[in-house]
Amino acid sequence: MDQRAPNLLDEALGLVDEEKTKPWPLSSRVVLVEDRVETSGAFVLHHLLKRALSPHSSNDVVVFLAFSQPFSHYDRVLRKLGCNLTAQRENNRFFFLDLLMSEFPDGDEENKDGLVALYGKIEKVVSTSFQENKKCITIVIDDFSLMEVAANGSTNYVLDFLRYCRTLTSAFGCSLVVLNHEDIYSSIERPALILQMEYLADILIKAEPLATGLATDVHGQLTVLNKEIRDEQGSSRNKICNFHFRVKENGVEYFYPGSKT
Amino acid sequence: MAESICRALRDGALQGEHAPALTIKDSIVSPFGFHVFTHLLTQLSSNILAAKSQSRGLVLVAFSRSPSFYLDLLNRKGIHVASSQKWIEILDCYTDPLGWKDALLASGYGGSLSNEASTGASLCRNVKDMDKLYSSIIELGKGIVGQGKVRFCVAIDSVNEILRHASISSVAGLLSNLRSNDRVSSIFWLSHSDLHEDRVTAVLEYMSSMVASIEPLNQSAYGHRCNWERLPLLKHNFWKGKFHVRFKRRNGRVRVMSEEFYVEQLAINFRSISSEDEIVNRSLLPKVQFNLQLSEKEQFDRAKVVLPFEHQGTGKPIQIYDGRRSLTDGKSEAEPVSTGILQTNENSSKGEIIYLRDSDDERPDSDEDPDDDLDI
Repeated sequence: MDQRAPNLLDEALGLVDEEKTKPWPLSSRVVLVEDRVETSGAFVLHHLLKRALSPHSSNDVVVFLAFSQPFSHYDRVLRKLGCNLTAQRENNRFFFLDLLMSEFPDGDEENKDGLVALYGKIEKVVSTSFQENKKCITIVIDDFSLMEVAANGSTNYVLDFLRYCRTLTSAFGCSLVVLNHEDIYSSIERPALILQMEYLADILIKAEPLATGLATDVHGQLTVLNKEIRDEQGSSRNKICNFHFRVKENGVEYFYPGSKT
Repeated sequence: MAESICRALRDGALQGEHAPALTIKDSIVSPFGFHVFTHLLTQLSSNILAAKSQSRGLVLVAFSRSPSFYLDLLNRKGIHVASSQKWIEILDCYTDPLGWKDALLASGYGGSLSNEASTGASLCRNVKDMDKLYSSIIELGKGIVGQGKVRFCVAIDSVNEILRHASISSVAGLLSNLRSNDRVSSIFWLSHSDLHEDRVTAVLEYMSSMVASIEPLNQSAYGHRCNWERLPLLKHNFWKGKFHVRFKRRNGRVRVMSEEFYVEQLAINFRSISSEDEIVNRSLLPKVQFNLQLSEKEQFDRAKVVLPFEHQGTGKPIQIYDGRRSLTDGKSEAEPVSTGILQTNENSSKGEIIYLRDSDDERPDSDEDPDDDLDI
């Protein structure tokens, strides 16, 4: 399979660009990936990571906030996809913030200070990269629910953190990609956190199991809601896309429901 | 209807009364409140620029978007922000609402200041302080219109953000202080209703003279979260919805009006409830044995029926019997009565009443007194 062939996810996100003339379409945008325990949405993050670090766009910088997996995990996954994270890290294109063991100190003020310091780190990386003329910066948070855990469950502070990260998207044209789990909020009547995130997001990607149950050939469905379509030519693009996917060892197959032979 | 909101915001407040206030509320199922907000903002801005409105300036309190976003937006709509006379001030509660960046900068940790600073918006570094927020809004407004009696408008793009940092009572205090300030011409704010308890939404609605609520075209029966099982329907209808506006008059009269909207190319468009839906509604009426409505032909035929008490002058002038002359056609009418048919009319385009006598027992009409057997 040709790795560069655009797939349905790229199309839905507007990443298809043959001439490589347009700027990174996700810049200044917030992408929220929502998944469930049955269907992990991690492959979407891997895909976006690979696209952001692809050799065709040499200006890209990724700041990765890892709350859920160690570096070696991402390194192995991305290597299968044909992207060497270790090399990228040495080239200062991939900034990996290992927050796996991090726990912000207990107590209201200290808790906040921990998040402020983390934000400061990100801002520093972003602004120095920006000054080095690396304009396409992607901030990835994997995943947000664990960040809430690290912040001792303080929803308000992590939302503040997210807001501040969002100011970077408007100030520096960064893109912000956040993964969160939808079903852990399902029992709450007013899941303010996930709703706030959905309001914030410009692009919402939902990974869900099939409504009809388990299948061997189809691992789940993706729904992409592209809220704001920036189209200067006025050509209409699909605003809500829905397709099935199958996660393979070295890539993901995307296809429309019923089109797989 | 969106226009009537614009008009109300444009016309402003009467002397000695609260400024008209508008709550725009939406939910995640149809999250287009911000589109309505920007629509009203541009309308009001062009009114202010054309000097059609009571207010001469606008203070925009930006929580959810950066000031440069708004400046771009207004420029794109052909409204020139950088005109000779300053008419808009943006209070920037977006860039550094909690003073984190300031603290980082002070400790020498943070990077350079962002390029937001160049937009000329005034920064608010502590949105938790309602008194400070209030005084800076009023100061910015007075900075535009100067001292005197000239008023200005206030727009707040997210009440939810304030509510995250302050209690509902202090936010209500801020809004009501703004409303009752005699320099404020009108005020409007956006609120996502599903982020808070119902009572918070109710409080905001009590304080506003107009409430614009945005609802999806097909109200989901499954609760307020997006339901992707209805996706085929959603694909078509997500960008459309219903727009209800509730006006509260001074005397307590409440009027609700509805419209439809659709979002296209980042702009929101309004139209009256389409007749397509009415046809759908009509066909949804249960099928019954009798007609509730007459068809056009039936209505026409019905209009042609000559009722028995009407003068049936067949083209001739109507003569009313005054007791002195005998009616000329009295004889010809008496004849069919005896055969049981009241009237046979050759002119088929006219409606007719056919009367069949049940039996000969039934006495023909006569001048006899029907009560003559009574012993009065």
